[in-house]
Amino acid sequence: MSSPSSYYIPHEAKWPIVGSIALFTFFAGFASLLNGGSWYLMAIGAAILVYMMVGWFGEVIAESENGTYSAQVDVSFRMAMMWFIFSEVMFFGAFFGALFYARTFSGPWLSGIGEGGASATNAVLWSGFDYVWPTNGPQKLGGSYEPMSWLGLPLINTALLLTSGVTCTIAHHAIKHGDRAKMVKFLLATCVLGFLFVGLQILEYWEAYSHLNLKMSTGIYGSTFFLLTGFHGFHVCMGAIILLIVMFRGTRKHFSATNHFAFEAAAWYWHFVDVVWLGLFIFVYIL
Amino acid sequence: MSLISRVSVAAMLLVSMAACTGNNMPVGVTPISKEVYGLHMMIFWICCVIGAAVFAVMFYSMFKHRKSKGAVAADFHESTLVEIIWTAAPLVILVAMAIPAAKTLIAMEDTSDADVTIKVTGYQWKWQYEYLDSGISFFSTLDAEHNAARQVGAGIDLTKFGDNYLKEVDNPLVVPIGKKIRFLHTSADVIHSWWVPDLAVKKDAIPGFINENWAFIETEGTYRGKCTELCGRDHGFMPVVVEAVSEEKYNEWVAENTPAAIVAESDAATAGTVEASADDDREWSMDELMAKGETVYNQACAACHQANGQGLPGAFPAIAGSAIATGDVDAHINIVYAGKPGSAMAAFAGQLDNAEMASVLTYQRNAFGNTVGDTIQPSAIKALR
Amino acid sequence: MSTAAAGHHDHDDHGPAKGWTRWLYTTNHKDIGTLYLLFSLVMFFIGGGMALIIRAELFQPGLQLVDPLFFNSMTTMHALVMIFGVVMPAFVGLANWMIPMMIGGPDMALPRLNNWSFWIMPFAFLLLLSTLFMEGGGPAGGWTLYAPLSLQGGDSFAFVIFSIHFMGISSVMGSINIVATIFNMRAPGMTLMQMPLFVWTWLITAYLLIAVIPVLAGAVTMLLTDRFFGTSFFNAAGGGDPVMYQHIFWFFGHPEVYILILPAFGIISSIIPTFARKPLFGYASMVYATGSIAFLSFIVWAHHMFTVGMPLAGEMFFMFATMMISVPTGVKVFNWIATMWRGSMTFETPMLFAIGFLVMFTIGGLSGLMLAITPADIQYHDTYFVVAHFHYVLVPGAIYSIMAATYYWLPKWTGNMYDEKWGKIHFWVSTVFLNVLFFPMHFVGLAGMPRRIPDYSLQFADWNAVASIGAFGFGFSQLIFVYVIFKCIKGGEKATSEVWEGADGLEWTVPSPAPYHTFEKPPAQFS
Ligand code: HEA
Ligand code: HEA
Ligand code: HEC
Ligand code: CUA
Ligand SMILES: [Cu+2]
Repeated sequence: MSSPSSYYIPHEAKWPIVGSIALFTFFAGFASLLNGGSWYLMAIGAAILVYMMVGWFGEVIAESENGTYSAQVDVSFRMAMMWFIFSEVMFFGAFFGALFYARTFSGPWLSGIGEGGASATNAVLWSGFDYVWPTNGPQKLGGSYEPMSWLGLPLINTALLLTSGVTCTIAHHAIKHGDRAKMVKFLLATCVLGFLFVGLQILEYWEAYSHLNLKMSTGIYGSTFFLLTGFHGFHVCMGAIILLIVMFRGTRKHFSATNHFAFEAAAWYWHFVDVVWLGLFIFVYIL
Repeated sequence: MSLISRVSVAAMLLVSMAACTGNNMPVGVTPISKEVYGLHMMIFWICCVIGAAVFAVMFYSMFKHRKSKGAVAADFHESTLVEIIWTAAPLVILVAMAIPAAKTLIAMEDTSDADVTIKVTGYQWKWQYEYLDSGISFFSTLDAEHNAARQVGAGIDLTKFGDNYLKEVDNPLVVPIGKKIRFLHTSADVIHSWWVPDLAVKKDAIPGFINENWAFIETEGTYRGKCTELCGRDHGFMPVVVEAVSEEKYNEWVAENTPAAIVAESDAATAGTVEASADDDREWSMDELMAKGETVYNQACAACHQANGQGLPGAFPAIAGSAIATGDVDAHINIVYAGKPGSAMAAFAGQLDNAEMASVLTYQRNAFGNTVGDTIQPSAIKALR
Repeated sequence: MSTAAAGHHDHDDHGPAKGWTRWLYTTNHKDIGTLYLLFSLVMFFIGGGMALIIRAELFQPGLQLVDPLFFNSMTTMHALVMIFGVVMPAFVGLANWMIPMMIGGPDMALPRLNNWSFWIMPFAFLLLLSTLFMEGGGPAGGWTLYAPLSLQGGDSFAFVIFSIHFMGISSVMGSINIVATIFNMRAPGMTLMQMPLFVWTWLITAYLLIAVIPVLAGAVTMLLTDRFFGTSFFNAAGGGDPVMYQHIFWFFGHPEVYILILPAFGIISSIIPTFARKPLFGYASMVYATGSIAFLSFIVWAHHMFTVGMPLAGEMFFMFATMMISVPTGVKVFNWIATMWRGSMTFETPMLFAIGFLVMFTIGGLSGLMLAITPADIQYHDTYFVVAHFHYVLVPGAIYSIMAATYYWLPKWTGNMYDEKWGKIHFWVSTVFLNVLFFPMHFVGLAGMPRRIPDYSLQFADWNAVASIGAFGFGFSQLIFVYVIFKCIKGGEKATSEVWEGADGLEWTVPSPAPYHTFEKPPAQFS
């Protein structure tokens, strides 16, 4: 084990180039799929990507357990994770921005409220259109639908996710006190809650498509609803998988009271996903 | 120094050349355009003065404080006072610029109390003008001769068009002088932008929204502009021509062109209005349809599907051998009548009259090597409406 | 912060690995910096080649060479390649080479991630450039990809979107790495306010990137779903708005243009003091000015949209906010001039490029100020006047700063002095042609020539011919640049560690060429 003050520069890195090839294959495959091609290329890309992640993270975990990393490297990792999460916040920001814009600007303009050409817009192009959120626009794209109520599944999901935030924090306290077994237990609970959330979300989508006639193509409401909740759901999946991996590492006696960066990174990510959900719950479902 | 002076002489020459060959913004013919021109010149000169001052100090320093002249470096590197000065001074200049700019801006946005309202709709790649007061409505496209001259490798001598190459249309917009004209801008497909420099009017045409704008023209004349928002392949070829005429002439023009008056005119194609005609009910011969169809095709469709019907692979499908154009009649009629949402293929129901649509459909089915052999009659299109 | 003793390496100190896999697998900041810079140089010729196709078609009125659709895709690709493939990678390359050396750190904070950030780029551009060979050609809706026009694209559409996602991943990872490096790898005792300005400007740039690249990713994702999954973000019929795309895009787009200039400010702030033999004037105000520019850049985006029909209050706000940016930028310009004032100046090639930057960037900045005046912008917007503005800030701005940096640090990288005579020739020839190329664009723009058109009216013919001659002259004079670089790599007069008489900074304390690993022991002067 090297001294904690040393700085570790890995010799050579083979995984990044694998990752680039994976992403290239994936993106090219996805694009061809959208253009009416087959899905094979995309699947190959995804497979290489998974292979790369298993390999790369495996190496990092091994190094971490060897004690290769100094305190300085640890700080670098932390900063990287923090700013990565910030970049994710901005990504969601784009979609929240779209929601905000549609609700406060384009919706009212289409129904003639606002200065400039708004009244002409309504009178000449969309006469008779009255804007109330949620809306699928003056042409009622996607046909008549029912909006998703915040009571029911979304409320249950909120409870699930908030609880999972608590269990996650308990797990964190546990490992801080070196209680690995407790950490694993509460992480398990967190993961279960997370996957339950995803399950209910899928149920909700099924509801929306089959009973409410609420689809991605249901105008701007459907667009913002599905893209916001969809990207969020995807992040919950990722977060839950990461937590699951952390949990398995816990069962393998990884982590100690002082060395558990991977856990913390996963927990930050989980809390971020949590907070985004609160935003969604308020702005997409309730208001 | 000789180099510097030579450079500055060259620069002055360049600027004066620019000034005398009409390379500045036009003053224009509306009160707003004149204000805008004034603003433009004001900020231009302010920028020149700032630039000259900054460069003068800099070049002086470069000339005086060079090592080859034996300059020894001082080592000051801070002075709160000068830093405050050169933060505050630009601020003051900016405020001085902002006030007149804000005034003009407010005036520009005031579209109230207009005398004439004209709706301007952008299409790929033509303009439609609808006079909301009188019901006049027509399309305005690049003049046919210019259109021929601008094809790749056409090799036509452009000097015969003079300065107006690509700035000539079949049907110009006619407006009165001395009146407040309100424009409603919108688009049928992608974003366009309607610009006439002499009126200082430039507004984007956004599909699904209407933008307002206005002009008060003081002088009679022909004012030319262009579409200024990239709108696809022929963005460079959708000019705007505005003819500003006296009120009497304008009234005459309106009287001549109000819909009731043009019904009788057989060639509604150029005026673009969709009006029923007695011709719609008779049976047309194949030759008649093909002849008219070719004209319509070259005018309305060739921009995308190309005069030879080959289209542009990937962007615009070929009509030659097209499954739709050689297949089921109804599908063929439908795509032309209703368009294909989300693609550049617009609905032509509002742009072509019954005879035009029938003939262009027939033409597509029997030209470019397509040999369906059937005819589509104007009465069939009429039945759809 | 745990910079306590960043000296010792886990592995033995040796040079680079043997063979070509060195470049594929490398985790060394200098190798990766070199890769970035070479990539950028190659892309410069590809993007420049596209510009030359544009200029060749515009040499005369009438369409001689290309179909209008192909012309539009050249315009679009030219901009995407120049911005994402040339200027950004070049700055990241310089950051890689110089930041660890300037702050006395052993390497970048996250070396493996660093390798990945680079190796994404060639693949991302493979994806982007491959669209030129697809049915329907490359993207032809302008680099801004405005909806709904961009949605009409052929097969290329999805590839372009994904290539932007792909580059975005690289930019965000690269920026995170730079932030972590600057905060975590500084020599013990070096405070933030002791960092060279290049490091400061990059720190702020990295934040801009982390903040806005994801927004671009969101915007293009919405384009993708609008086209393929039936959403209607940018479709009024469903309650969306095409203009919404522009707001989201420019929320990214305007900070992006400062991403393309802030590192340049840092470079110029390193070079001018060296050749004036005098410390930088107003270090602290330079830092604050950079911060202010970055902050303001987030609240001016709609100055690209003065003609879309915004409410009056919005137009006013964005006009005033935009004008404000001139103040901190002016502070920078004045500080540079004050640095030169009463210095003892010499004019080697890096200094020539820096002065070229100073003069021509100011011209571009002043035309930017004119564009900020909303009523006037309504006349300028989407004309060649705008094209002139942004090429003045981008070419003699961003590109000149990169060339200045290359000449300035080349001796440090290679250990050899470059050929001063050819460097100077490169500068003068470039500068003359550059003005022949871009200055006339102001005139044709004011006289009414719209941008993004392949053919124009006859009154614009003379200046366009002049500009095209300038373009070919400027383009081919860049071959001198390549010649000087490769000559310098191969050999030449040996450089000392300090290289320049007036140079100051940690990078000049290590030998030239800089050893494969620098600062395995942290430099002592800050403790
Ligand atoms: C490196 C890139 C860069 C930089 C630094 C800038 C800097 C500035 N830009 Fe520019 N800009 C672009 C790249 C850049 N721009 C690009 C690429 C586009 C077009 C995008 C597209 O449509 O494709 C564009 C377009 C653009 C527009 C939209 C035009 C239109 O489409 O209609 C506007 C409008 O306000 C604008 C303004 C400004 C301003 C005010 C600055 C200011 O930051 C300039 C500040 C500098 C100075 C003012 C000079 C120095 C100051 C002094 C000497 C002090 C004294 C000054 C005063 C007292 C005022 N720019
Ligand atoms: C950093 C960014 C950057 C840079 C460096 C440049 C550099 C150049 N640009 Fe730029 N340009 C943009 C960014 C940039 N541009 C942007 C953002 C747009 C807007 C796009 C849009 O509207 O969407 C634009 C648009 C644009 C237009 C307007 C197109 C239109 O509106 O239709 C024109 C026209 O002249 C032009 C010309 C040039 C030229 C001549 C150069 C020269 O400096 C290039 C110098 C040339 C070379 C370096 C080539 C060297 C080549 C050889 C020596 C030949 C050998 C060739 C090979 C081996 C391949 N550019
Ligand atoms: C602005 C460009 C444009 C113009 C003008 C245009 N079209 Fe089209 N057209 C298209 C595009 C794009 C498609 C492909 C639509 C799709 O399938 O996505 C198309 C498809 C078609 C098709 C179906 C071809 C096939 O095999 O898929 C027919 C038939 C057709 N157009 C007829 C016409 C006629 C008739 C006119 C003129 C009256 C016309 N078009 C004018 C762009 C245009
Ligand atoms: Cu219509 Cu450009
Ligand atoms: Cu901007």
